[in-house]
Amino acid sequence: MLGQVIDLFTPGCSVNLGIGLPTTILDVLAQRHANDPTAPDLDMFIQSENGVLGVAGRPTHAEASPTLINAGKETIRVRPGASFFDSALSFGMIRGGHIDFCILGGMEVDADGNLANWIVPGQKITGMGGAMDLVHGARHVVVVMTHFTKSGEAKLKEHCTLPLTGMHCVHTVVTDLGVFTPGNGRFHIRTLAPGITSADLNIPAHLLTLEDSGHASTT
Amino acid sequence: MSRPTTPRTRSKVYDSAHAALADLTSGIRLMSGGFGLCGIPENSIDVIADMPIGNLTVISNNIGNSGRGLAKLLQRRQVHHAICTYVGGNPDLEQQILNGEISVELVPQGTFSERIRAAGLGIRAFYTPTGVGTVVAEGKEVRMFDKPCLLEYPLDADVAIIKAQRGDTYGNLWFKEAARNFSPLMAMAAHTTIVEVEELVPLGGIPAEDVHLPGIFVQRIYQGRNYRNEIEILKVQG
Repeated sequence: MLGQVIDLFTPGCSVNLGIGLPTTILDVLAQRHANDPTAPDLDMFIQSENGVLGVAGRPTHAEASPTLINAGKETIRVRPGASFFDSALSFGMIRGGHIDFCILGGMEVDADGNLANWIVPGQKITGMGGAMDLVHGARHVVVVMTHFTKSGEAKLKEHCTLPLTGMHCVHTVVTDLGVFTPGNGRFHIRTLAPGITSADLNIPAHLLTLEDSGHASTT
Repeated sequence: MSRPTTPRTRSKVYDSAHAALADLTSGIRLMSGGFGLCGIPENSIDVIADMPIGNLTVISNNIGNSGRGLAKLLQRRQVHHAICTYVGGNPDLEQQILNGEISVELVPQGTFSERIRAAGLGIRAFYTPTGVGTVVAEGKEVRMFDKPCLLEYPLDADVAIIKAQRGDTYGNLWFKEAARNFSPLMAMAAHTTIVEVEELVPLGGIPAEDVHLPGIFVQRIYQGRNYRNEIEILKVQG
């Protein structure tokens, strides 16, 4: 699933990784590099909303600094060419359309590209943090989430039922079952995970379309 | 709002946190810099927690975590209203919300940052796409541009407490790594800005090209002490 997100990245791209699952992408990248140091480096610039461009994974114990953290308040290291800036500039970078990819977690995405990922009514209120800004401005907003809730419902819905984070803002959804493009009341299936058919998605057929070729490609 | 002037005969440098904060009163709007525990004004928070003032409106990205940072003010029941972007993992706050002792206003972080910046820079209002179609849009004017946008207004304060790594006697500031975050913005927006620094240097001690926040925005500066500089979540290799 995280590999599918990484496959979207282009060399030299800028990326904002949301807290939680998206930030584990850095661990996956570090593992890939450890397994094959000769593979070309994506040379990405990873932005963190708290005012860092050039996040580069976990520090060593000696490097760990209380003033060098990501949006999840975890210690990080930075890459050559990194920069620090204030929060207004940071969100201006996002809102002003300068970031190539925003990767966020999700609770629900609907067929119009609306996203709900910040609150469940009745549960503890944590606040939206930067999520509502992150979905406006990035050239490519990607939601990565498990396909089903704990009770077995698909998180890809006709209409979001939870309070929204943003409207018409999701370009790509990556789940453990496939990669989808929401829009105009449908989910276009871009790829399905090995062994998965559209029937396994638990999404009503009238909400699904296949790629223009008429066949969903499988990887 | 008219800004305070610092007469040339009055130095901005205070001998201690107590001296710099002595005239703070109950009921004020107080901005506090920092993201989580990163870059928080530890000394000023500790002193305010010991002062007999309350009924504060606190404006900060978070409002402390597990008794650290601004949670001290919560524990001493000094906060009446909080304006934040994220308040998860804060049992002190949850209890006071349930009891009706505190009201909380949640603002998207980019809008929060820009509202504070606008207050400092004399921008009377601005439009942003953030929050359209969400609970944040309730009661707000929506105007169509290339996409619908909400009308938002500046967010100011009576006092801002911030921390910088280095500051000179005019209040020129230099921030370390990611500890900058909201502090320069709050310094501009608040009527009275009080800075604590790890290194207080003589006038001109920061090269002009390296000043992150010009001292014109700062009213009071003092040498901080005994920093805990805590790491909230340690994640390391291996």
